[in-house]
Amino acid sequence: MLGKNRVIFPGEKVLLALSGGPASSAMLRQVQEGLSRETAKRLRFVPGLVYVDEGAVCGQSPAQREENLARVEAIVQATGFPYYLAHLEQAFDLPGSILRRGPRGGDKPCPSYKEAVEDFIQQQRQEAADGDGAASLPQRLAQLRTQDMPAGGDPAAPGTRLPAAACTEELVQLFEAAETLTAKEELLQMLRTHLILHTARTQGYTKVMMGDSCTRVAVKLLTNLALGRGAFLAMDTGFMDSRHGDVAVVRPMREYMAKEIAFYNHFFGVPTVITPALRAKRREKTSIHRLMEDFLLGLQAEFPSTISTVYRTGEKLSTAPAEAGSEPGAEPQRCLLCLCALDTLAEEDLALEPTLIAEEVAQRPQGPAGDGCCHAGTQGSCCQSSPTPGAESRAAFLPLLCYSCRLTFKEMVRQRRARGGSASSGRSRAAPRGRSGDPCPPSLPIQHGPSPSRRATQTRCHPTCARRRSAGAAGTTGDTGALLRAGPGLAGPHDGPARGAAGWALRPGLSLPGLR
Amino acid sequence: AAAAICLVCSFHFRGGAELLFDGVKKHQVTLPCQPEPWDIRNLLKWIKQNLLKERPELFMQGDSVRPGILVLINDADWELMGELDYKLQDQDNVLFISTLHGG
Repeated sequence: MLGKNRVIFPGEKVLLALSGGPASSAMLRQVQEGLSRETAKRLRFVPGLVYVDEGAVCGQSPAQREENLARVEAIVQATGFPYYLAHLEQAFDLPGSILRRGPRGGDKPCPSYKEAVEDFIQQQRQEAADGDGAASLPQRLAQLRTQDMPAGGDPAAPGTRLPAAACTEELVQLFEAAETLTAKEELLQMLRTHLILHTARTQGYTKVMMGDSCTRVAVKLLTNLALGRGAFLAMDTGFMDSRHGDVAVVRPMREYMAKEIAFYNHFFGVPTVITPALRAKRREKTSIHRLMEDFLLGLQAEFPSTISTVYRTGEKLSTAPAEAGSEPGAEPQRCLLCLCALDTLAEEDLALEPTLIAEEVAQRPQGPAGDGCCHAGTQGSCCQSSPTPGAESRAAFLPLLCYSCRLTFKEMVRQRRARGGSASSGRSRAAPRGRSGDPCPPSLPIQHGPSPSRRATQTRCHPTCARRRSAGAAGTTGDTGALLRAGPGLAGPHDGPARGAAGWALRPGLSLPGLR
Repeated sequence: AAAAICLVCSFHFRGGAELLFDGVKKHQVTLPCQPEPWDIRNLLKWIKQNLLKERPELFMQGDSVRPGILVLINDADWELMGELDYKLQDQDNVLFISTLHGG
């Protein structure tokens, strides 16, 4: 797989993302084998390992987490590679730069593998000549403005390696804020990816290997379609994912089925550490991910070529070239959270528009009837009339997110109001609203049809008001930590206004792409 | 007289399946002697009644195991041995590996 897609250069530092599960453990074993061969086909990169402890959100007790960590550490120590154990709680300490592409955007395809390797080796020599490579790392760290990630976070309980209970509690609350299991799973994946990416950046790794098996990739393909990420399928499931710029994510196990991997692990004695997955509060309320997994595996039992067919079809997808409409060389606007090109900018996106209209209406206070969003009066006043500061911050964020990230985000910063259900735009409601155009409260004569003048007003209002406010003093920030912290704070009315306002601190000099 | 078949077998649960069995990965079991032969179908019913500690729908689906759970009989895929119709022999070793995400 690596030989076919020649993207890893000899001597390059590659980070292996271990989850403890069968696929990533098999990947580790294969890397060990590949490195130890004496032939010319020996793998020649420098591996490191990272493990993210997610026990806090999977309902594990601290004792269980410690035990898991001990087992994982035993396994990684035996390999002899450098390893990093991270906790999901550390996601709160991530710098804002995690949400931006790295300095070296890898969009231009290399002319040929050989030249790319030569370039790479030359660069390594350069860095070595610049004082043993020591200069580059501090420089890079300064660029990232990393906050310190001490091993245990805040003063942890003595004798343990887990982060402080307060951090864990905060993380659990964050996940509690997301109502559906689907949103929780998406959030978990997002945080995990960011943590791994951050580890790679700070430790100088340019590639990350994820252990997604063929089965997992096929399930992900269909799940992402259902989540509204159809535009990004190639990036989410392809062999190489270079959305982050300086760090590329590679999936070398994507051709091996879960069954093959299970047999391999059994016959070759590959150690694994299985941790329980996210649990739903009620048994029936499963997630789209689980549903799709059940569906595909059920089909596979009867028709054994199902998964490979889905996989092969997905293989034909390729990342789209830059839009023909925009100026050549212009960077497409990217989603804040998942760094994929925004797919919500098209003005003729009718499926999305009624959702936006309904939300806009839902957020407005029960004002005088007949008030359109930006009727008469000044454009700024509509947003100022929002009841809580949370609404503006939330509205400020939404235009920066792609469609599926919006759905996840909306669940977390749901406004709990006296009116109850109508304000919430949970995933279960978002889709039908968009398509059938659920009625707004009858007192407001807002049209749903695409009338040009109204539509122009609406589109002009929603993103621009939001952006204008955010470009102002206390608008938005690229800080994942603040974003996450303010999430559950906004959701609770008792906590909301004070915490929400305090959470949005503007970082000087950090401007988000796309804001004018 | 009909010969009662008594079997001593071992069952292993891996890949997350052990979480449904109190975390116990290896079970050495003497199956109760009975005139009917022990095929996998009957075995699964017995396991569901006696070994499975929680959430049976995560392990079984109807007569058979849930799709996504692999069954190895003496280190061979059960599809080669006849799946549910395979007749257990004495000292057989049955391994259940879950490839699912979990409950």
